[in-house]
Amino acid sequence: MDRLKNLSRASKDNLITYAMVIVAFVVMQALASMHAISSSMIGLLVPITAYICLAISLNLVVGISGELSLGHAGFMSVGAFTGLVAAHILAPMVANDGLRLMLSMVVAGGFAALAGVLVGIPVMRLQGDYLAIVTLAFGEIIKNLLNNLYVGFDGALHFSMKDTTSLGMNGGKVLINGPQGAVGIDKLSTFTAGFLLVLFTLFVVTNLVDSRSGRAIMAVRDNRIAAESVGIDTTKYRLMAFVVAAALAGMAGALYAMNFSSIVPKKFDFNTSILILVFVVLGGMGNIRGGIISAALLTILPEKLRFIGDFRMLIYAVVLICVMLFSNNAAVRMAIDGLRERFTRKDDDAALADDVKGGGAHA
Amino acid sequence: MGFITNLINGISLGSVYAIIALGYTMVYGIAKMLNFAHGDVIMVGGYICFIAMFNLGLPPIVAVLLSIVGCTCLGIVVERLAYKPLREAPSLAVLITAIGVSYFLQNSALLIWGADPKAFRSVVDLPSIKLFGGQLTVSPISIVTVLACVVIMVGLTLFTSRTKMGKAMRACSEDKGAAQLMGINVNTTISMVFAIGSGLAAIAGVLLCSTYPTLMPTTGSLPGIKAFTAAVIGGIGSIPGAALGGILLGIIEIFAKAYIGTQLADAIVFAVLIVVLLIRPAGLLGKEIHEKV
Amino acid sequence: MPRTEGTYKAQSERATGVTPQAEQAPQTQQEEPAHKGRQRTKMVAPPNNYLVPERDALLTPVLECRHLGIDFGGLKAVEDLNLMVGKTEIAGLIGPNGAGKTTVFNLLTKVYQPTRGTILLDGQDTAGMDTARVSREGIARTFQNIRLFDSLTVEDNVKIGLHNRVDCGMWSGIFRMPRYWLSEKEFHDRALELLDVFNMADNANDIAGSLPYGAQRRLEIVRALATGPKLLLLDEPAAGMNPVETEELMENIVKIRDDFQIAVLLIEHDMDLVMGICEGIVVLNFGKVIAKGTPEEIQANPQVVEAYLGKQD
Repeated sequence: MDRLKNLSRASKDNLITYAMVIVAFVVMQALASMHAISSSMIGLLVPITAYICLAISLNLVVGISGELSLGHAGFMSVGAFTGLVAAHILAPMVANDGLRLMLSMVVAGGFAALAGVLVGIPVMRLQGDYLAIVTLAFGEIIKNLLNNLYVGFDGALHFSMKDTTSLGMNGGKVLINGPQGAVGIDKLSTFTAGFLLVLFTLFVVTNLVDSRSGRAIMAVRDNRIAAESVGIDTTKYRLMAFVVAAALAGMAGALYAMNFSSIVPKKFDFNTSILILVFVVLGGMGNIRGGIISAALLTILPEKLRFIGDFRMLIYAVVLICVMLFSNNAAVRMAIDGLRERFTRKDDDAALADDVKGGGAHA
Repeated sequence: MGFITNLINGISLGSVYAIIALGYTMVYGIAKMLNFAHGDVIMVGGYICFIAMFNLGLPPIVAVLLSIVGCTCLGIVVERLAYKPLREAPSLAVLITAIGVSYFLQNSALLIWGADPKAFRSVVDLPSIKLFGGQLTVSPISIVTVLACVVIMVGLTLFTSRTKMGKAMRACSEDKGAAQLMGINVNTTISMVFAIGSGLAAIAGVLLCSTYPTLMPTTGSLPGIKAFTAAVIGGIGSIPGAALGGILLGIIEIFAKAYIGTQLADAIVFAVLIVVLLIRPAGLLGKEIHEKV
Repeated sequence: MPRTEGTYKAQSERATGVTPQAEQAPQTQQEEPAHKGRQRTKMVAPPNNYLVPERDALLTPVLECRHLGIDFGGLKAVEDLNLMVGKTEIAGLIGPNGAGKTTVFNLLTKVYQPTRGTILLDGQDTAGMDTARVSREGIARTFQNIRLFDSLTVEDNVKIGLHNRVDCGMWSGIFRMPRYWLSEKEFHDRALELLDVFNMADNANDIAGSLPYGAQRRLEIVRALATGPKLLLLDEPAAGMNPVETEELMENIVKIRDDFQIAVLLIEHDMDLVMGICEGIVVLNFGKVIAKGTPEEIQANPQVVEAYLGKQD
């Protein structure tokens, strides 16, 4: 009990987040076992967990490291397709589906991290809007390259950038077929696997943030020049956040892909990157729990709006604009702050006491 | 001759990119925001022109003018409703709002005009020009596109350097606070920039659809992103930079399609952007700004 | 380093608080003895207009700038700056607004790369180093316009200052290895110890950006100290402080020097502070050194008075 009291505010916050994720998982599992949720909802469970992982990992870049990345879906797709290939190759060796999925995700994370390093090194030479546009460009390049990639497996891997015939296959199976993507995927992903990946992603990101490296990342975000002046290698830590996020996005990509029987590279385009960014921004940048909630709600929302047919994406757009207007307009924010003050009077008193103390030293 | 045909097509496509890029670059220069909805204004411009010409049977020149007026109004309304309340907000919030506006325009178009592509007929109804005994064919729309680009460039350059409004725009892009103290109405100036940018987008939309005659709700997105890339390559905020970047990008895209492959053309366009930014972080004609310590 | 007579002359003419040898320097090589073969050259001690406290005279100076200069376009923002700071000296850098004082700090910390000249930090040339490396080699600074990590706590700000003095890699951090727990304890203990210098330990959990102005300035100094510097650069540490706070700050600067045995070079407009604690003072105007000396010498220097008040007829 004493130990719980001594925890920092950040650690308490993280514990609440873990608890929320676990409770949500248990409730959903229970509802599913009682057949209390629709089958379309059940179909959404794995994508929701994947999007949550993507939102958490992008939060590391956008919220914690303070760089706007518009190409996160690119790393997701690298993970998705390398994960699929790994799962296929591992099939005869690993009998257990869960273990095979896990190993594939590790491979996916590794390749996505590699892509993160290759993209990150040039990207980290830039800042601000220019960095954003270059991540967008890299995302599109990755999509275009995958659109031209053919991979087959007949005991050995075959690659081509032309077509399936030039793979020179000896039987076996074409795993990635250019713009047609991958078909006949082993659907290894389960809700439980997704839940575990969410926990893992949460674990990695929150622990990284609350460590020497995480502090350095946030220092660069808050004030690059001051961070340099205390001896922090700013490029190293910006790159670290970028690559860790890429690896986690790759793992989520593998989870996402193995939930469907077929998947095309076009799925991971600019719009998907933006979708993930919207989760992060609506949840509050740097606010991991907020990102989780908004990823879940915004994935369910279009589904729940299905009854209004073609209007649903229009409503989605309007909701997005209104939320941004209301949460960022000074007048609205003041009203919200006023409400918050009313509810958190106690904390304010403590803050006031501190102010008085500070003022005492001041005089 | 294939080379020259490609070059002409490249310059023509590049001129369209340049006109769109001007809208991006002017808005960025003054409001410091990436207006992601700009590409969708192009699409709206295309639809207005299409409706005016084929459903109302108006002559092309009237249809184009109607399209310009429509988009100009749209630009002003969007700025007033969605961007103006966020003038003091963090740039990321404005960006997300712009993305929301982009979704909104696309889905409105989807509801109004449907998802199936419309066959757009060129607004310039003249026969192709044949040169060198028919070996080289130049479509009149290419010539009109390039001419339009040149006229717009010269016009805008004169506008920003000679007129009072143009000077106000440049003042606002340097320092909004100081401009306000000098008696410039910053809000009017920003609205003006959106109006001009959207009007240009309408022209670009008509020209684009005349060259590539399919019109869908998503017609504007990719050209929009590429034109934005062009603006960044040229140095965002710079008017000649937008023209240079646009034409360069158009030529590269057409040549990549002709000699390397359609699938990889976009990848090459974006690779050029990355290379340019790594060599010149502020774009070809952009000014680098250092943070004061 | 080869030196010509011309430079000596130029230097000694510029510098007013010069040592006696320096004034004699231009008189060398007057007599020319007729001698076969080698001309007999008169050898003298090189004129040296550096001043350091007597206690530091035999130690390697913590900082030495030789002919340091930087151009911005055509403007020579700093020109031919020669400066020496002793191992435990509290030195002042003063001058009218726009004289180039902050630019000197930016040169020393490599925020700007110098166009000309050499910077020796504890005898080591810092050419080719970047800002982060210079910090690791022992220069820490504060900023005129405060640059804290605003959204982080006071304690985290100091921990970030300690970044290069306590080690814990990324993997240890993510997977909570024993190394992580040890390092976090060390971070915490040392951060609180440093905050105690300014009696700020009670504010450890406050958000840095929400502190009152004076406290933010003090926190910046603590963060700089956390990097374990040999030389502490303070850019207008008393700006925005009231006289009582300034008095306290003066005591603290001296205490820091005494406790940590480091040198302090400060830019300040508050002359009570400068004259009260600085041992040596350099006066800068239009990017050039116009005077050096003790506070007493500087106060009596007509050129300094002219630079601040304009020419008096």
